Amino acid sequence: MSDYPTHWRRPPQILKHPVWRPIIQIGIVAYLILALSTLEVDWLRVWDGLDRGWRFVEGFLTPDFTSRWRDISEGLVESLTMTVTSTVVGIALSIPFGVGAAGNIAPAPVYFVCRAVIAVSRSLQEVIIAIFFVAMFGFGPFAGFVTLAFATIGFLAKLLAEAIEEIDMAQVEAVRASGGSWLQVVNYAVEPQVTPRLIGLSLYRLDINFRESAVIGIVGAGGIGATLNTAIDRYEHDSAGAILLIIIAIVMLAEYLSGHVRKWVQ
Amino acid sequence: MAVRQTPSGPDWRARTPRGALLLWLGWLAAVALTAWCWFVMTETTIWAFVYDAPRQAADIGSRMVPPRLDYLPELWRPLWDTINIATLGTAAGVVIATPIAFLAARNTTPSLLVLRPIALFIIVASRSINSLIWALLLVSIVGPGLLAGVIAIALRSIGFVGKLLYEAIEETDVSQVEAIEATGASSRQVLAFGIWPQVAPAFWAISVFRWDINIRESTVLGLVGAGGIGLQLQNSLNTLAWPQVTVILLLILATVLVSEWISAKVRRAII
Amino acid sequence: MLTVENLTKTYRSGDKALHGVSFSLPKGQVVGLIGPSGAGKSTLIRCVNRLVEPTSGRVLLNDIDLTTLNRPALRRARRRIGMIFQEYALVERLTVMENVLSGRLGYVSFWRSWMRRFPGTDIANAFRLLDRVGLEGRADSRADELSGGQRQRVGIARALAQEPELLLVDEPTASLDPKTSRQILRLLTEVCAERGLPAIINIHDVVLAQQFSQRIIGLRAGEVVFDGPPSDLDNAALTRIYGEEDWSAMRKSAAEDAEAELEQSHRMAGLA
Repeated sequence: MSDYPTHWRRPPQILKHPVWRPIIQIGIVAYLILALSTLEVDWLRVWDGLDRGWRFVEGFLTPDFTSRWRDISEGLVESLTMTVTSTVVGIALSIPFGVGAAGNIAPAPVYFVCRAVIAVSRSLQEVIIAIFFVAMFGFGPFAGFVTLAFATIGFLAKLLAEAIEEIDMAQVEAVRASGGSWLQVVNYAVEPQVTPRLIGLSLYRLDINFRESAVIGIVGAGGIGATLNTAIDRYEHDSAGAILLIIIAIVMLAEYLSGHVRKWVQ
Repeated sequence: MAVRQTPSGPDWRARTPRGALLLWLGWLAAVALTAWCWFVMTETTIWAFVYDAPRQAADIGSRMVPPRLDYLPELWRPLWDTINIATLGTAAGVVIATPIAFLAARNTTPSLLVLRPIALFIIVASRSINSLIWALLLVSIVGPGLLAGVIAIALRSIGFVGKLLYEAIEETDVSQVEAIEATGASSRQVLAFGIWPQVAPAFWAISVFRWDINIRESTVLGLVGAGGIGLQLQNSLNTLAWPQVTVILLLILATVLVSEWISAKVRRAII
Repeated sequence: MLTVENLTKTYRSGDKALHGVSFSLPKGQVVGLIGPSGAGKSTLIRCVNRLVEPTSGRVLLNDIDLTTLNRPALRRARRRIGMIFQEYALVERLTVMENVLSGRLGYVSFWRSWMRRFPGTDIANAFRLLDRVGLEGRADSRADELSGGQRQRVGIARALAQEPELLLVDEPTASLDPKTSRQILRLLTEVCAERGLPAIINIHDVVLAQQFSQRIIGLRAGEVVFDGPPSDLDNAALTRIYGEEDWSAMRKSAAEDAEAELEQSHRMAGLA
């Protein structure tokens, strides 16, 4: 009865290799120690900062919407208009790029050009793109608009291309077999299959563009980010708190509404 | 779809007249809104700059090449800092996000009316605010440097990881949990044996995915003084050293590609 | 010894799932609980260990009324009630051993269970149970690598690891093929006989219920309409439980199943 083992150890699940397992584990621990040692925290400065941090928390809890309302509302209008126009233009540009980047319906040269544009747009942060467009178009929301429209292509065209590549090819064959031209094939066989997806993604991107519009103001591309930057620079914690609360509220509202629209589309 | 009887026989249209009208009005409203937004936005735009943009672009472009490759050795330390910001920030964010996710998930929250809304608010607040804004706040609080960057990345990651993780928790199989309950396990044991094994793969996949995003985001945190390679970018931009900017951007690009590759590889190993 | 008195369950939607159910179960008796789907079989089983809270009535296990226990006391009571599920309900991503050891959760502290440091006697016992259910050598396999029949064997081992005084078995064969179903039921009745363990087996296959249990309770619309030995379950009784149906045809096809299985096992023996 007692010849059964009384010890049992769970066999490793992810890293099963007996040699690599300890090497990788030690490597991770060593890296974390090394990385933590580079932090070089100036504790005195942090101690001083705690007081300021607390004032930010207070500003967040007792936001001041009124004393800077003119700046806030201007920034907000810039951000919102920038969001809408850049999303619309971004969608309009994403559709040709997305169709062109779908390997199953686009010819090879078009495919490579479209994929290259998407790759450039995706790999650079919005803020970096904004720096360049501000240098080109001057300060203000126009540079922000161009930035967000360009960034939308990278996001939307890529996902649209993926959606198109996943469609049911039998339907495409059927329309092609009935003698449809390339445009008719796209209109009758591709569009119905990807439209709900495209609408969902567009709404999601609208949400992202608003959030990003709050950031690119930091490098001079207009919007609520510029207002926020100023408020933080001037240590106006209660105004900064108000701006952050407005951003959160708009994002929440956008998410709530887009959830409803998505349900309604499907 | 609609078929109408007309004097010349049945007439087929894709939509009913009412549906067509509504659709048309919807499009009209969308176009009007966009046009109005356009006018409001461009009120202050100086069009001369816009028309001048292609020339400016060509000018910047010509200054950016050839890249100053001998600047590269000066970038290794900032790059190392950037990777550390992303990794430590992700780790801290994940550690904080996990309990919040359990508080936010409908099936594990101890209080549906108090703690769950608080957890959900923390998640939304963290998600709505970009890490660059968090960094802006933190540089002003704890001073410029890596610490501000790490905390900024952590604060932004809480919302992302928290949201995806609590959705994964809500999707767990109830019967496995019920079976553990039926053995007389305590509620903590039910979490550890019934729920955690089911969400663990999602947990690791989400963490690695967020780490990949954080590598991208931490490359620009230096623009507001939160350390890393963005600091070098800011300096080079300020001194109009365009050939250096090119080198920095290429390095960022390479880093992002490598981190994307690692993340995809690890996620495949987990699932 | 389990006694159920006047058990009633009304769901919040107003649906009456159970209505005044009473019976008692002496030590070592295996009861087949039959009835059409929606009759409240699953609810009845879950009311015993209060995975579903009964609305009224009493459930006595060895003279303790389970329905009045507070949470900690209920957990202690649940340790002694093994449960086996329809879809096995194993924790799919854990190993077979961890699944069996999870039957001991009620007996060990949280940290011990989290670090997987179960007492040596529990581990030895788990290995013995795996042998008993025919899964020697599979301790380190992950539960989702096993076949349906093997998973249900793990489920049985997990329930037995609790050292239960009562087994609740909810549709153990609903996801299994006829041959595996018989094997699983045979295993269940054997371990019950070895340990003098009472069991309630909730099952929708009448023929299997008759073959493997010592007593049949028939539920219809939440009420007990039959309670007696399997031999008393005639066409009239079945009609009371299920309504009109051609019962002799069903028996005939089930008998053919059993015969085919017997024949096959003879052939296998011949080959070996």
